[in-house]
Amino acid sequence: MANFTLRVNGKTHTVDVDPATPLLYVLRNDLDLHGPRFGCGLGQCGACTVLIKGEAVRSCIRPVSGVAGAEITTLEGLATSGKLHPLQQAWIDEQVPQCGFCQNGQILTAKALLDRTPNPTDAQIRQGMSGTLCRCMTYYRVQAAIKRAAKAMASARQDSEVIA
Amino acid sequence: MTTTRRDFIKTSGYLVVGVAAMANADPFVGLVEGQAAGPYLDPDFRQLDSWIVIREDNTATFFVGKTDLGQGTGTAFRQIMADELDMPYARTSCVMGSTDVTVDQGGSGGSDALQTDGWPMRRVAAEARRVLLDLASARLAVPVAQLAVADGVVTVTGEPSRRVTYGELIGGRKFNVTLKGNNTDQTTGAAPIKTVQQLKIVGQSPQRYDIPPKVDGSLTWAVDAKVPGMLHARNVRPPVAGATLVSIDESSVKGVPGFVTVVSKGNYVAVVCEREEQAIQAARQLKVNWRNPATAPFPSSEDLFRYMREATPTAPGNPTVVGNPDAAFGSAARVVEADYEVPFQGHVSIGPAHAMADPSNDQLTIYSNDMKSYGLRSGVAQFLQMPRERVRVLWMEGPQAYGRTAADDAGFEAAYLAKELGRPVRVQWTRQEETVWDTKGPAFTVKMRGGLDAQGNLMALDFEARAADHNHLGYNEVETVLISQLMGTRRATPARGGAATPSEMYAIPHRRTTAHVVGLPLVWETPLRTGNLRDPNGPQVTFASESFIDELAAAAKADPVDFRLKLLNGSTTDDSGFKRVRSVACIRAAADKYGWKPRPSPAARGTGDVLTGRGIAYSFRSQTVVAQIAEVEVNRRTGRVWVKRLVCAHDCGLVINPEGLKRTVEGGMMYALSRALHEEVTFDTQKVTSVDWASYPTLTHADTPESIEVVIVNGDPNQNRPDLPHYGAGEAVCKPLFAAVANAIFDATGVRLRRMPFRNARVLAALKAAGV
Repeated sequence: MANFTLRVNGKTHTVDVDPATPLLYVLRNDLDLHGPRFGCGLGQCGACTVLIKGEAVRSCIRPVSGVAGAEITTLEGLATSGKLHPLQQAWIDEQVPQCGFCQNGQILTAKALLDRTPNPTDAQIRQGMSGTLCRCMTYYRVQAAIKRAAKAMASARQDSEVIA
Repeated sequence: MTTTRRDFIKTSGYLVVGVAAMANADPFVGLVEGQAAGPYLDPDFRQLDSWIVIREDNTATFFVGKTDLGQGTGTAFRQIMADELDMPYARTSCVMGSTDVTVDQGGSGGSDALQTDGWPMRRVAAEARRVLLDLASARLAVPVAQLAVADGVVTVTGEPSRRVTYGELIGGRKFNVTLKGNNTDQTTGAAPIKTVQQLKIVGQSPQRYDIPPKVDGSLTWAVDAKVPGMLHARNVRPPVAGATLVSIDESSVKGVPGFVTVVSKGNYVAVVCEREEQAIQAARQLKVNWRNPATAPFPSSEDLFRYMREATPTAPGNPTVVGNPDAAFGSAARVVEADYEVPFQGHVSIGPAHAMADPSNDQLTIYSNDMKSYGLRSGVAQFLQMPRERVRVLWMEGPQAYGRTAADDAGFEAAYLAKELGRPVRVQWTRQEETVWDTKGPAFTVKMRGGLDAQGNLMALDFEARAADHNHLGYNEVETVLISQLMGTRRATPARGGAATPSEMYAIPHRRTTAHVVGLPLVWETPLRTGNLRDPNGPQVTFASESFIDELAAAAKADPVDFRLKLLNGSTTDDSGFKRVRSVACIRAAADKYGWKPRPSPAARGTGDVLTGRGIAYSFRSQTVVAQIAEVEVNRRTGRVWVKRLVCAHDCGLVINPEGLKRTVEGGMMYALSRALHEEVTFDTQKVTSVDWASYPTLTHADTPESIEVVIVNGDPNQNRPDLPHYGAGEAVCKPLFAAVANAIFDATGVRLRRMPFRNARVLAALKAAGV
C-alpha cells in the first residue's frame, strides 16, 4: 500500500492503495464516483473511460501509480457550473441511451474526439468511436448526438468570437 | 463518518429515480423505510394504495412491479397511468421492481410490459380517479356528474372557482380501497378505463426520465450499491466444463492483502477480500485442483450442427399438419429444399453479472438489476431456506439483460456469501466469466422444404427444426442458477426446453411443422446453459422461414414482396384474416418507405468490388407485426457485409410513446444486426473459447447503417376502434432481421447464406465457392 494524490474533477484526494490498483477501482470504491464502470477489465469496451489531460483513457487497465497528480475528469465532472456539456445535452435531445450502461464511455470518447476534431466527418466519427462498445447497439443515435453536439459547440464558439 | 444503511437507501438510484422526476419525494422515503427493517410483506395487489400514492403537493407516484431494461417502459407506464388518472405527466413518478414496495407483476420479459401489465395499471389509475371524484363530490357538495377533472384538479362544471386538487383530497393519506381480481393481471376497480379517443398523454413523446441521470453520472446503479463493512467477492470457475473440485490450496492466497476467506461448496468456489482489487488478485492466485470429466461435455462448435442433426431428440416434436403435405409435395411442379444453421449466441452483457447482499437485522436485502426481481427473492429464500418475508430485492438499473438476469446467478451468489459470512458482500463477475458462463440463446438447425405448382404458387411447406435447448433455464428457480448447480442441486427431470415454429400468417394450403429439442452430453453445470435470449427462438426460426420464402420466390421468379403479399391474401372475417390485413399493411408500408421496385432476386450483379442488394423479411409475434428491409453492400474482395440502410414498418397496436418506440425499434434492429453479422459462441470439446470482446466480436460503430427509418403502422382495418390494444414492441423487432440481411446478400450476390453469422471469412468463402 502507498499514498497517492489524485486530482479528479478539480478536487484533490489522497488514497492509500496498492500501486498496481487500476484507477477504476479507486474512482469507484474510494471516491464513490459512478460514471466510470467496469465492463471488461481488459481495455476492450470503454465503459470505464475517463479523461486524463484531455485523452480518453481506459481506467480499468491504468494503474493508479501512473496517474498521480494528473488532471482526471469523469462523467460527473463534464458539466460546468451546473450546466451540462453540449455532448450530454445532445445525448438527452437525441434520447440516445437504451440501458445506458456504456454511455459513460461513449460520451467521454466523443469528448476527446471533438476536442481533437471539432467538426468530424461521418467516417471520422465511425473511426474515432469504433473501439467503444454498446451492447444495446445505440451507435446510430450516438453518432447523431455527436454531430448535434459538434454543431452546438461550433455555434457557441462563433458566439464567443462575436462577443470577443 | 460512516454511511448508515438508511442513508444509503435514501441516496440509492432506487430513490434517485423518484427524486429526479419529482421535487418532493419524502413520502416515498417514508414508504420505503416502512419496510426497511423487515419483515418484508408482499404489497397487496388488491389494495389501491399498493399502486398509487398521491401527495399533498398534488404529485403522484406509481408503483409498478415491472423493470425497465432501457426501453423506456417506466416512462410509458407513467403516461398511461397519468392519462387514466388525469394528472399531468410531469407531476408523476414511477417506482419499479423492488419486491417490498411494488406488487409482484413478475418483473420484465417477453415484451409484455404494456401488452399484459399495461391493463391493470390503467384500471387502477382509472379507479383512483373514480375514488377522487367521489371525494370531490362530497367535498364540493355536487353530484359527480357535475364535476370535471383536468391536471389533477377537480372543478364544478360551469363554476371553475369551485375547485379542489387531488392532493387536497387525499394527499399523504391512504385510499383504503379494495380492488377485485384473482391475480395481478386481472386487478381492477369499479371504474371503466378511457377509450383510445379520450387518451391525451398516450401518443405523446415525453423524454425518458431516466436518461438525464444516466448522462450526467448521478444515477446510482446496481453496480454502485455499497454499504458499510461490505466485502468484495470473485468466483473461481472450473477451467473445463464438467470438472470436479478436488482440493483448494488456501495457503496460495494467505498473503494477499485484505484476504478474508475462501468459500467453497461442491464445485462452487469464491474468494472474499476487503477490497475489490484484492479479490481480483486472490481469484487469480488461488490454486485449485480440478478433475476433468471422463467424457467430453459437448462437441466442438465446428461439429455442433452435425451432432445436432444426428442426436436423438430429448423432446421429439409432434408435427402440426394442415391439409395433405405429402400428396401436395408429390404433385408439386418443383420442390425446393434448404438447411439453415444458427449457432449458440450469448447474452454477453456489457456489464458482467453483479449484485450485493446485506444480511443486516437478520434479514437479507439484495441490491440487484435482476429483470425478474420477484423470482430472485423467492428463489433465494428457497435456496437459503429462509422465509420469503425475510428476503427482499431492491431493483436498480443495470446493463442490458435481454433475458440474462432471468437466472440471476450473481444475486444468488451474493446472498449465499452474505449469509455465510454474516457481512454485506458484493459479487462481480469478470468479463471472461460472463462471456463463458452466461446463459446462451439455443443453437438451431432447420430443414425446410417447399412445393411450388406450375404457376409458381406455394402449395406445400415443410418446416422441421432442432433446437439445442434441453434443460432450458427457468426464472430464478433454485436449480437453474449456476451456483446451485455447481453445489450439486438437480431437478429430477431436466427442463424440456423448446423449439419454436414460424409465426407468420401465410395462407399455405398444405403444411407440416415440427420442432424437436436436442441435448448436449453435459446437462448440468454447463457453460452452454440455454436461457431466454431476446425473443428466445424467434430470430433463429425466422431466419430459416423467411430466408426460405425468399428462396421460393426466387425459384418462382417472383418479386419477394409480391410473393409474400400473395400468401397473405385472405378473408378479413376471422382472427387470422385480421392478422393478415395487418401483415399486408406492414409489408406495404415498408416497401413504400424503401421505394421498393418489384423484380425477382437476385439483382443483375454489379461489376465492381462492392455489390449491392435489398432484402425483405416479415414476422408476426404475439399480435405485433414487423416488416423490415435491409439494403446491403457486399465487398467481394473482403467478404465484408455492410448494411447501409434499414427500414422497419412496425405495428404494435396503440403506441404510447412514438419517439420512445422508434428508439426501441432502432436498438432492436441494431442488436439483431450484431447477431446476424458477428455473434457466435465458439467452443472446443472441453470449454467455451469465446472469452472476451475479441473472441466474441459484436457490432461496432463502424458497422452502423447510414440510415435507419422506422414507420409506425396502424394496420387495423378499423382505425377508430375505441379499444385498440397496446401490444409488445421490442422483441418482435429482432425476429425478421437476420433473414432480411441474408435475403439482401442473396439479392446482391446470388449467393444464399444459410449459416449464421455472416462474418467476413464465411461470406468470402461462400462467394469464392460460387465464383462471385
